[in-house]
Amino acid sequence: MASLNKSTFFRSFPSYLPIIILFFSVFNEFDFNYLKLDYFSFNFIFILIFFWTLRNPDYLGYFSIFLAGIINDVVIGIPIGISSFCYLLICAITSYIRQITLSPKFINDWLSFIIAVLLINSIQVIILDLVFLYQVDYMSYLINSGFTFLFYPLFFILFNILNSKISLKQND
Amino acid sequence: MVKGRDDFVIALRSVFLKKKDQQKFSLISLIILSVVIIILSNFNFKPIQLVKLGINEVIYRSSYVVSVPENKIKEAIAKFKSHLDFYKNHQNQLIKIENADEIKVLNTILTAENKRLRELIDERINSEDIFARVLIDRESPYLKSIVLNRGTKDNVKMGMAVMDRNYLVGQIIEVNYSNSRALLLSDLNSKIPVVIQPPFLQAVASGTGKDHGIIEYTKDEYKENQIENEAVVYTSGLAGIFKPGIPVGKITNSSEQLSFFSDFGQLSFVKIVEFKIGEGQ
Repeated sequence: MASLNKSTFFRSFPSYLPIIILFFSVFNEFDFNYLKLDYFSFNFIFILIFFWTLRNPDYLGYFSIFLAGIINDVVIGIPIGISSFCYLLICAITSYIRQITLSPKFINDWLSFIIAVLLINSIQVIILDLVFLYQVDYMSYLINSGFTFLFYPLFFILFNILNSKISLKQND
Repeated sequence: MVKGRDDFVIALRSVFLKKKDQQKFSLISLIILSVVIIILSNFNFKPIQLVKLGINEVIYRSSYVVSVPENKIKEAIAKFKSHLDFYKNHQNQLIKIENADEIKVLNTILTAENKRLRELIDERINSEDIFARVLIDRESPYLKSIVLNRGTKDNVKMGMAVMDRNYLVGQIIEVNYSNSRALLLSDLNSKIPVVIQPPFLQAVASGTGKDHGIIEYTKDEYKENQIENEAVVYTSGLAGIFKPGIPVGKITNSSEQLSFFSDFGQLSFVKIVEFKIGEGQ
C-alpha cells in the first residue's frame, strides 16, 4: 500500500513542477541580477507562463498565475494587481494563439512571444508611469524584453523535455 | 470578411469566457479581479490597508525563506570575487591606512568645533538607531529596494533614514507590523537634497536604476569644471528628514555620476535612524 502511495506521489509530482517553479521564481525573482552584469536581466516568469499556457495549460491554472502575480507585486514593491493583470494578459494571448493554430510550430510561438512581451511590458510601463507616476527606465524594459525573447528557445527546450516527461508519467 | 470577423469574435469569446477542464476560473473574471485589486489598493481605506499589511507580512517572510538558496549562491559569488580581488584590495587598504591617522586628527578638532558652533546657535541633533536585518534584497531592474525585519512594533516610521555603517543607503517607504521596505538611493524614484564638498554646492542626488546615482539641479559652476578631482557628496539636511553631513558618495572629475560609498548589493544589516533636529534640549 505504501509503495502504491509512493508511486502515485512520484507519478503526480512532475505535473506540479510548473506551478512549483512559478511560485519559486516569484518569491525569489529568478533573473541572475546578482551576477551584476550591466543591463542583463530577463523575465523568466513570462517565459514560463507563455510556454505552459500555450503548450499544456492543464498544468498551470489561471488562479495560480493570478496568485503568483500578487506575490510578485509584493516582493518587488509595485502596486498590487499589476503583475497579475499582465500575467493573465499573457494567458489571454496564448489562449488566442491556441484557438487559431492547428499545428503549433516553434518559430510561430517565438515570434508571438516577442509581440506578447513587448505588449505586456508596454502596458506595465503605461500603468506604472502614467497612472501611478513611478519613474521607470524605458531602456531597462526594452533590454529586458530583448533578453527574455533571446532566452525563450533555451527554456523552450528544457520545458519541452519536462512536458514530455510529465506526459509519459501520466500515461504510465 | 463577415465570416472572418465572426471567427475572431468566437475565438475571443472562447479565450475569455470558456473554462477549460482543469481551470476553475474563467480568464475574464480573474482579469476583472486584478483590475479591481489595482484600483482598491490605491484607496486609503483602513480595511484595505489592513489586508495589504497582512499580505505583505506573509509574503515577505515566505520570500525570505524561499530566497535562502539564492542568498547562499550570492554569498559564494561575493566570496569568490573577494578572493580574486584580494591583492588589489590589500594595496588600496595600505594607502588608506597611511592617510587615516592624519584624517583622524583633523576630524577630532573639526567635530569639537562643530559641536561648539551648534551649541552657540542652540541647535541639537539627536538620533535613535534601530538595527535591522535585510530580509529581501531585490535587485530588480525596475525597483531598487530592500525589506527589513523591523516594523511598527519596533517604532519604525515612514521617511526614516537607512544607513550602512555611517553611509546613507535609503529611506523607509512602507511600514508593516514586523517589517518595512526601504527605497535605495540607486532607485529611479529616489531624490535627496545634498551638498557637494568642495566647493559646497547644493544639489539633488537622484537614483538611476543602476549601481550609481546622478547629480541634478545644481549651479552651472558644477558643469564648468570648477570641481576638484574628487568631491564628496553629503546630505544637506534641507528637507529636514536627514541630518546634514551624512556621507552619500563621491564624484570624480566633474562627472555627474555619483558613486555610492555603500555597496547596495552586499547589505546584510543596516541601521534605521530617526533624526530629531531642533533647538534647545
